[in-house]
Amino acid sequence: MFRTLFPGDFFSDLNRLQRQLLRFSGDTGSIRGFGRSGFPPLNVGTTPDSVEIFAFAPGLDPASIDLSIERGLLSLSGERRNELPPEEGKSAIHINERFSGNYRRVVSLSDDIDPETASASYKDGVLHVQVKRRAAAVPRRIDIR
Amino acid sequence: MSETTQTTDRAEAPVLQPPVDVFEDDYGITLYADMPGVPKEKLHVRIDAEALAIEGEIDFPTIEGLEASHVEVQSPRFQRAFTLGKELDGEKAQAEFKNGVLKLRIPKLEQAKPRKIEVRID
Repeated sequence: MFRTLFPGDFFSDLNRLQRQLLRFSGDTGSIRGFGRSGFPPLNVGTTPDSVEIFAFAPGLDPASIDLSIERGLLSLSGERRNELPPEEGKSAIHINERFSGNYRRVVSLSDDIDPETASASYKDGVLHVQVKRRAAAVPRRIDIR
Repeated sequence: MSETTQTTDRAEAPVLQPPVDVFEDDYGITLYADMPGVPKEKLHVRIDAEALAIEGEIDFPTIEGLEASHVEVQSPRFQRAFTLGKELDGEKAQAEFKNGVLKLRIPKLEQAKPRKIEVRID
């Protein structure tokens, strides 16, 4: 019945978005930690005063990573170059598993984050983004006169 | 160069298999492996006889009170092994490691390199 309230393919769009936002690798084959869930793989965690995002993106030039926060969505995009020799060369390619091409990942952040506080660093091929959460609103006592 | 899988099943936590690119030219083999988060001190590359083993451990920063809410990289350990052909010279292998990418170059033995044979016309 809800479907009729929304015209078009709203739900399938929503589902697709959701899959793109956060895809849990729920299968037990965790040995293939870098499955097809997308590049770069992400680990996200929270502390009482920040949200921490780790993107496992080796071999990038940090300056080429396009990172932004817009309306509570953190997005991460760019291009990863292929290091394989050109096809017409004399080299034979035996294994080609590493990701190359354009990538884009989007993470939905909690409502209490303050985008102005976002900071990012790149070390050993891992991009670490930290966004502070707003101090929990202190309950305010209202006097009754 | 071919892959050996039996070395990956240790009883403990699962390991990550780093994705690799491998290509070969007349003078040797080049391997790239993605091992993000591994510092240089925790990367181990071993070549003995005809086997290549790559291992590394991710160094996660410790952040107080961190609770994971979404996890795609589920293990801190990378491990993968390959068998090398007889024609490769493991002793002359060279490794570079930068931004989480390992580049390994293993040259071929002198006698395995292609030789151009001049054809003389008398």
